[in-house]
Amino acid sequence: MKDLLVTYLRPHRKALGVIAVLLLIQAITNLYLPNLNADIINYGVLTGDTAYILRVGGLMLLVSILLGVASVITVYYSARTSMRFGREVRGDLFRHVEGFSLSQMHAFGVPSLITRNTNDVQQLQMLVMVGLTMMVLAPITAVGGVIMAMRENVQLSGLLIVTVPLMIAVIGIMVFKAVPLFRAMQVKIDRVNGVLRENLVGIRVIRAFVRTSHEEERFAEANADLTDTALKVTRLFALIMPTLMLIMNLTIVATIWFGGHLIAEGSMPIGNLFAFQSYIMQILFSVMMAVMTMMMVPRAAASAERIQAVLQAVPDIAEPEQALATPLPRIGRIELRGVEFRYPGAEESVLQDVSFTLEPGTTTAIVGGTGSGKSTLVNLLPRLLDVTGGAVLIDGIDVRDIPLEELWDLFGLVPQRGFLFGGTVGSNVRFGRPDATDEEVWEALTIAQAREFIDLLPEGLDAPIDQGGVNLSGGQRQRLAIARCVVREPLIYLFDDSFSALDYTTDARLRGALAQQTRERTVVIVAQRVSTIMDADRIVVLDSGRVVGIGSHDDLIETCEPYREIVASQVALGGAR
Amino acid sequence: MGGFQGKSDAKAQDFRGSLKRFGSRLRPERLIVVVVIVLAFASVFLAVLGPKLLGNATNIIFDGLVSSQLPAGMTQDQAVAALNATGQTDRADMVAAMTLTPGEGVDFAALARILAIVTIVYVLSSVLSWGQNYLMAGVTQRTIYRLREEVDHKLGRLPLRYFDGSSRGDVLSRVTNDIDNISMTLQQTLTQLITAVLTVVGVLAMMVWISPILAVISLLTVPLSFWVTMIIAKRSQPHFIAQWKWTGTLNGHVEETFSGHDLVKVFGHRRRSIEEFDEANELMYESSFRAQYISGIIQPALTVVANLNYVAIAVIGGMRVATGTMSLGDVQAFIQYSRQFTMPITQIAGVANILQSGIASAERVFELLDEDEETPDDADAVLLVEPTGRIRFEDVAFRYLPDAPLIEDFNLSVEPGEIVAIVGPTGAGKTTLVNLLMRFYDVDSGSILMDGQPTLRMRRDDLRRSFGMVLQDTWLFEGTIHDNIAYGAIDPTEAQIEAAARAARVDHFVRTLPDGYQTLLTEGASNISAGERQLLTIARAFLADPAVLILDEATSSVDTRTEVLIQQAMAELRHGRTSFVIAHRLSTIRNADVIVVLEQGRIVEQGTHEALMEAEGAYYRLYQSQFEEPQDPDES
Ligand SMILES: Nc1ncnc2c1ncn2[C@@H]1O[C@H](COP(=O)(O)OP(=O)(O)OP(=O)(O)O)[C@@H](O)[C@H]1O
Ligand SMILES: Nc1ncnc2c1ncn2[C@@H]1O[C@H](COP(=O)(O)OP(=O)(O)OP(=O)(O)O)[C@@H](O)[C@H]1O
Ligand SMILES: [Mg+2]
Ligand SMILES: [Mg+2]
Repeated sequence: MKDLLVTYLRPHRKALGVIAVLLLIQAITNLYLPNLNADIINYGVLTGDTAYILRVGGLMLLVSILLGVASVITVYYSARTSMRFGREVRGDLFRHVEGFSLSQMHAFGVPSLITRNTNDVQQLQMLVMVGLTMMVLAPITAVGGVIMAMRENVQLSGLLIVTVPLMIAVIGIMVFKAVPLFRAMQVKIDRVNGVLRENLVGIRVIRAFVRTSHEEERFAEANADLTDTALKVTRLFALIMPTLMLIMNLTIVATIWFGGHLIAEGSMPIGNLFAFQSYIMQILFSVMMAVMTMMMVPRAAASAERIQAVLQAVPDIAEPEQALATPLPRIGRIELRGVEFRYPGAEESVLQDVSFTLEPGTTTAIVGGTGSGKSTLVNLLPRLLDVTGGAVLIDGIDVRDIPLEELWDLFGLVPQRGFLFGGTVGSNVRFGRPDATDEEVWEALTIAQAREFIDLLPEGLDAPIDQGGVNLSGGQRQRLAIARCVVREPLIYLFDDSFSALDYTTDARLRGALAQQTRERTVVIVAQRVSTIMDADRIVVLDSGRVVGIGSHDDLIETCEPYREIVASQVALGGAR
Repeated sequence: MGGFQGKSDAKAQDFRGSLKRFGSRLRPERLIVVVVIVLAFASVFLAVLGPKLLGNATNIIFDGLVSSQLPAGMTQDQAVAALNATGQTDRADMVAAMTLTPGEGVDFAALARILAIVTIVYVLSSVLSWGQNYLMAGVTQRTIYRLREEVDHKLGRLPLRYFDGSSRGDVLSRVTNDIDNISMTLQQTLTQLITAVLTVVGVLAMMVWISPILAVISLLTVPLSFWVTMIIAKRSQPHFIAQWKWTGTLNGHVEETFSGHDLVKVFGHRRRSIEEFDEANELMYESSFRAQYISGIIQPALTVVANLNYVAIAVIGGMRVATGTMSLGDVQAFIQYSRQFTMPITQIAGVANILQSGIASAERVFELLDEDEETPDDADAVLLVEPTGRIRFEDVAFRYLPDAPLIEDFNLSVEPGEIVAIVGPTGAGKTTLVNLLMRFYDVDSGSILMDGQPTLRMRRDDLRRSFGMVLQDTWLFEGTIHDNIAYGAIDPTEAQIEAAARAARVDHFVRTLPDGYQTLLTEGASNISAGERQLLTIARAFLADPAVLILDEATSSVDTRTEVLIQQAMAELRHGRTSFVIAHRLSTIRNADVIVVLEQGRIVEQGTHEALMEAEGAYYRLYQSQFEEPQDPDES
């Protein structure tokens, strides 16, 4: 936690300095007030000097107002600093996670990453906020109080040697016990978040299978678990305030007892006893304030650990160390050289010894059975995954040597799962190219055969799209995803099974329109339908991660058994042609 | 993404109403709350009593001190007279007000007695206060548990329409961030508020007892403090509301960006996405800074008020001791009380701050709890016993949006055991029919009959239980493959699960995995291929063994060789049960009993494959389109 605080608070040194000065003023004035009060008693009351009382009273008034002004300014700076702290941590967390690979995201879990980005930062931010006003003020006041108390009477101050360490010990024990509980608590919040998110995503299936009550049980379990831990923590903290109050009050009792003796012996004026009592109150009061803050520390510490864990994870798809010596040629020739890929933790490679070249101006289709590694292969090209053997080269340069932004700029990808963002039709298409004009957007929609249904929507490009595109039909969603890719006019098109939800007429028209736009480009199409791929320049047949055939439809029909089977299965399904 | 127009900002916020509603959540705990209040009373009473007793102790010391300065044997009256004689009239008045035994020192025995009592009082007070905190922890956590549970159950009753239209991240934020914040609020405000208010009352009572005149000054500070708090709180409340709204928005953005992570990267959208994040982050910062700053002023403002009180008492009290109308011990006690006064008042200020934030969160949770629910199931719902799978659509009309007609005059009857294929161009309304069958959405007019009874009059759960469904969008949960397949049935055996997996042709794949059926699927099942996901959902539907099977593009991502095999398995499985099959690959549906061709929500053709091919209508064209190839090498 310390590192995190130091790193993110360092830029706010100036504000922290101002706060420290202001707090010092507050502490001094806080301590000065009882001093003046003692003066009133010693020199005013005991001597009956009313004029003196009034004069010192006026001074006290001034000091109080000064204290108020200083506090307001402190609040301003500490609120600003702590909220900025939160803003910056959130910003950095988000940026950092944006560099993660998908498997890294899943290692943390999306719900957990979400919690870390909001809830955990919130904990820290509040700690900083309260900490800045209290944690600094409290020690200053406490130390000042001790000094002043010793000035009043050294012997009596001996009491503090017992009391203060006792209080610190009590706090220490509590914090020590609370930290693991809070750590567990944040994990349990993740869990609640996770179950709930799953319920939101899978709502249709849950209702279809009438599993709502089962899911409710699952949630109740996570909820009860969280409540349990929270209850333990709160009960632990229930003890802390009464204990400290007791220590504080008994200290005052002791002060009077021993003070009484000192006064009787004549070694202390009675006014000092009152002042001393005030200082003791002051010290203990500030310790209590510190405790209130300390109560936030264990949870914040647990949160800080979780934030650190994210920030310290090194993105496994790393930027190349050096920039390219020469600019990218941007031709679009992709070469796979003995590519091998194995998912982390898996026993066997998904892809083995895959070598072929994709030439610009050609369309290459990839076919193969379910799970044969087509999507994996596609994901290797824009480095959504990194090869575990061999290499992928674009225009002769290893993709791992190309700066990521430049690399991605070459690609247009339509993933197998048509994912749309909440927003409008326009915002989703422009996701491909933010500066696309309306005409360009319409053109992309036309090519993607999406125009016909967008035209029917009264709002046109401004028609709302719900998160995930749930208010569209499967085929409509897919076509928007294609338009999003087309509007980019990328050098390399990657279509991962992107025509599966289209009817054949639309599919054929779409490919016809696409062919116009992609004439000079490198196109990769993954598909199951033979009709979709048979006019490709080249077809790569994958079987269990190995290339078992490369060639045109006609060649493969002749030479490649697995391909023949695929075609046959469609003829069998479809009857005679 | 793009723009952060919150959905709810138009709604007027009503602090007082929400506060009341918030309070009413504690109703189930009212007995314990009463106990807590009683404990708080006792504990505060004792805590307040302490300084008064300590004042007595001080008096003993002071009396002893003054006494020891007087010559032994002199009476108090003599001492007063002596002082008056020397012109020290003020001091004489003071001495007159004390109980003195001239010549004697401090009476330590009496002092010890009082201090012992004080010690007991303080110990008791702390024990009581602990008990009160302990009970309150339970009250808070149980209340929060119930709130979370209620929200979850509410989500179970909301129509799909709600989920489609709202940001997942925002809903999540309400359940975690907002409820968490409410929990903190309850935890920190309730006991503190009770104690603080009681302390103020108790301290005031003691003050009145000691010196009514001085007490008037302190009494004045109460309404003053209240007024100051109200004025400031009024200004900071909107910012708290904004803070939690932006937290929700930010959560939504994070959730969505992380969900579409790969797209964001490859489309070079990282920068834009970060900019959008920064924008929401900045707005969240602005509102939380303002909220914290403005409400943070309450505390110093109240401290000033409290210090004014302190100064006034020190001055006036000092004057009164000097004139002998009050004992020094009483003034001391009074001063200590006025110090004690500061603490609850600053506490109340802190509470005001937390409470404001908590209410802002509570409003967001209440808003969710107030969303319109699905119409509840009929109390005298038709019972569905052993559904046969006879289904009729009668004049069904439905639209998602009021001004976009979709399904109109839809009529169709299906006999038990029939296979009905629904084909048609994308967007024709095929999935919508499934939504209506399953009652994910309810028809606008007309009705769907199952075994002669309108489905609208059935319990949704009964109805849905009679369907097994494979959706266009696969969904598997985070868990083992075994549990995912078993999801469709109640306590299936291993053998049944494996049989279902074999029928869906996924058994072989599962067995190649090192952990087999115990393999953990990650979130969104992203660690298996799309086709494998579909096969698992098919296995899940097979296992559910329903009266009616619905397959919406169930094999769209499965390779055709596997599909042929599944077809065979399905033919067996479909035996004797009604099936609805939606597919673009017409091969999938050739052997259907009825093929329904849907275009823009209307049936344009209906019949068997042969009959429709004969008719050379829409279906014929659709069928031919599968083989129409611009450059079909076989035909050139
Ligand atoms: N939740 C929704 N809110 C609003 N409109 C919707 C919603 N779901 C679907 N629609 C619209 O209703 C129409 C029919 O959609 P449906 O999903 O039934 O099509 P479909 O025939 O299944 O198409 P596909 O073959 O592409 O899956 C489409 O125009 C779609 O945009
Ligand atoms: N993240 C992962 N971790 C481990 N194994 C994975 C992961 N993703 C995919 N696999 C496995 O790798 C194999 C290839 O997956 P891939 O998604 O490339 O198949 P595919 O050819 O695209 O199949 P489909 O036609 O079903 O889309 C599959 O057997 C799958 O189970
Ligand atoms: Mg795939
Ligand atoms: Mg559909």
